[in-house]
Amino acid sequence: MSKVLEVSDLTVAYGAIRAVRNVSFRVEPGELVTIVGANGAGKTTVLNALCGLRDIRGGRIRLGTTDITHLPPQDRVALGLSQVPEGRRLFPRMTVAENLEIGAYTRREAAAVAADLEWVLELFPRLRERGRQLAGTLSGGEQQMVAMGRAVMARPDVLVLDEPTMGLAPQIVDLVLDALRAINANGVTVLLVEQNAYRALEIADRAFVLESGEIVMTGTGAELLDHPDIRNAYLGYDA
Amino acid sequence: MSSFDIVTSSFRIHRRRGHAVAEAVRAGAFAGAAAIAFALVGAYLIMDRRFVVEDIITLAQTVVLLFVLGGGHAAARSAARDGATAATAIGFGALAGLVAGLLFAAAILLVAHVGLRSHLVAASPMLVRAVTFLGAPGSAVAAAVLVTAGTAAGSVGAAAAMLRADRRTAVLIGLAALLGAGLFRDVFAGLLHNLPGLAALEPMVFGVGGVTPVAAAVIAVGAAGLSLVLHHRRRPPIAASTRRRIEGVLLVVLLVLVPLVTDAFVAQVAMLVGLYVLMAMGLNIELGLAGLVDLGFVAFFAVGAYTMALACSSDPRAAVHLSFWLALPLATTIAAVAGLLFGLPVLRVRGDYLAMATLGLGEIVRVLVVSDAMKPYLGGSQGIIEIARPSLGGWTLDTPLQFYFLALILAALVGLVSWRLQHSRIGRAWLAIREDEDVAQALGIDLVAAKLLAYTVGAAFAGMAGAVFAALIGSVYPHSFQLAISINVLAILVIGGLGSLPGVVVGSLVLIGLPELLREFGEFRYLFYGIALVVTMHLKTEGLWPAVARQEATDA
Repeated sequence: MSKVLEVSDLTVAYGAIRAVRNVSFRVEPGELVTIVGANGAGKTTVLNALCGLRDIRGGRIRLGTTDITHLPPQDRVALGLSQVPEGRRLFPRMTVAENLEIGAYTRREAAAVAADLEWVLELFPRLRERGRQLAGTLSGGEQQMVAMGRAVMARPDVLVLDEPTMGLAPQIVDLVLDALRAINANGVTVLLVEQNAYRALEIADRAFVLESGEIVMTGTGAELLDHPDIRNAYLGYDA
Repeated sequence: MSSFDIVTSSFRIHRRRGHAVAEAVRAGAFAGAAAIAFALVGAYLIMDRRFVVEDIITLAQTVVLLFVLGGGHAAARSAARDGATAATAIGFGALAGLVAGLLFAAAILLVAHVGLRSHLVAASPMLVRAVTFLGAPGSAVAAAVLVTAGTAAGSVGAAAAMLRADRRTAVLIGLAALLGAGLFRDVFAGLLHNLPGLAALEPMVFGVGGVTPVAAAVIAVGAAGLSLVLHHRRRPPIAASTRRRIEGVLLVVLLVLVPLVTDAFVAQVAMLVGLYVLMAMGLNIELGLAGLVDLGFVAFFAVGAYTMALACSSDPRAAVHLSFWLALPLATTIAAVAGLLFGLPVLRVRGDYLAMATLGLGEIVRVLVVSDAMKPYLGGSQGIIEIARPSLGGWTLDTPLQFYFLALILAALVGLVSWRLQHSRIGRAWLAIREDEDVAQALGIDLVAAKLLAYTVGAAFAGMAGAVFAALIGSVYPHSFQLAISINVLAILVIGGLGSLPGVVVGSLVLIGLPELLREFGEFRYLFYGIALVVTMHLKTEGLWPAVARQEATDA
């Protein structure tokens, strides 16, 4: 049931500056793929272009058999592409339950939505007793759980995440990445953008390295973890 | 920061704190300046004619006294925060009162001995006489009395600040009850007069101007005592949801009963409040739920009113001749269509730009109506007159009270629709858009469709209010549709609590009902409007009756 995500020659520009240049990649159904790169390499821009939140200059985006290049964001969600935005961006004055429910906004089947809510609460048991609490009053880790749960509630084929471990304590990072693996094991294709390259490469099937808006290297997670250039540039130690 | 936050936070006050002495002088100077301004704009003389407690204290004296009490209170609180003992804190309060008294006395001496009348009409010998309690007007003795009274009031305010929290609240509630009874004497006197069995009480409680001294003592002590008793008996506390339900029922009882048992004037005020409730429920959908700042809201009110006029008037311009009951849904529908058409171009801009765009829209509608181009159809500045009153089987609605109940029924209907919408799928989508437009879009919400729907529903409610307004007045004129109406409705929402339906009712009562009941004070009634705005935003930033979710956050 999962769909392939295929990007070809994607170019995104801010005025005269091309932040993303001719980027092409393919994420196979059920894969966990990560994009690593430094600040300003264009990672978030790629994700926002995928989700339709950023106008693109050129290229095509395909989800399964559908060309979604020119679809508005809400239609992409309905087709099975869902995002966990950078910095979590919950609705702070709505309750945790309301935040999760609104994730399923594009869906109509009440029973299936209720079942998915139960699954999210199994994934993040901590959220169970937080249902009526305002999302803005949660800790950073709990907020990240809600943000991931909210995106999963749309029952996506492809889930894209922007820096889900940003600013979290190491144990919480473990928890978040474990949950991400569980989501992936449940058949959801995952595209993960991370600055924490080491942790991302550890769990990724495949990875791309984005530098100044271009893909400069691809490989399996293990290959890139061992690659001397990567170790130097992104993992912070010499080969 | 979203424009929604800017709207709410622009009403709030932020202050920096300094040393206790400086704070005391500042508080005193502030109170003194407020008192001087109050006197020199002419408000003092007008409010001096009205007693709060008969033959004891006038409204003007009460206001000035409240300024100084507040100054002393603030000075003492600030000193106590710096670790001062109670006696020292009261000393700082006295200092604040002294400063306020000195400033006020100096200003009065200036008025008495230097002619200021050419610049300030209110700086008259009458003012000097009004604040002379001992000695000759303008004499040193009279000034000394003011300074002494100021110091005393500052100390009393400071002493109140040193009380335990529950007792402080009790004192405040006692004073507020007394002031309320005195200020709204006519409402309560009418209530007593018309209630069976209580008519005999009326002359005992209310004198010609205000409350009788004995009744004043009973009211103040009774209210304070009740507050203390309730405070200490609330174990176990009543559940928040139960309390809200009780408060809701009380509000409904108040809405139904009060206009019934008092005079025609109160019914007319209640009618106006009802119309504003209708409008505010409309804006509540736009601003309270979807977060769309709309400063041109009055445009839809006007569309509804003119539709009613053109459908029900005997004027030759009238397009059709319908009964009120057919014209009402027609006006609502046309206002909704207008909302949809206006919304299409306007809703593509965001936040602050939306506020400006809608502001322009409201003005365009008003200018169009007065323009020569539309005069053959809409009557220009002469408006359209002779709009038929609604009738039902030979029975015609013509008193304000009947219109009030019409507005009340419509408001209940609209309230129900609002409530259902708020708790529906689209209601959740509106809240999400209000909180974070980008994320809402990323979650699959069609921004344009959701916003257009909010704008259309809001416009429909405003149009309904406009139609009832036109039928009540019997005529429509362009000058009835000023920007001030949009601003009033916006302020009602902020004061009542954005996104809260009971808040809409409370906000309308406070901002529309109270100033109307204070009509005897002329333009100065807006002073109370301003005070209500500032005090509410200072003490209850979420509004007088906040929406449920946010209330829970403060309880937690």
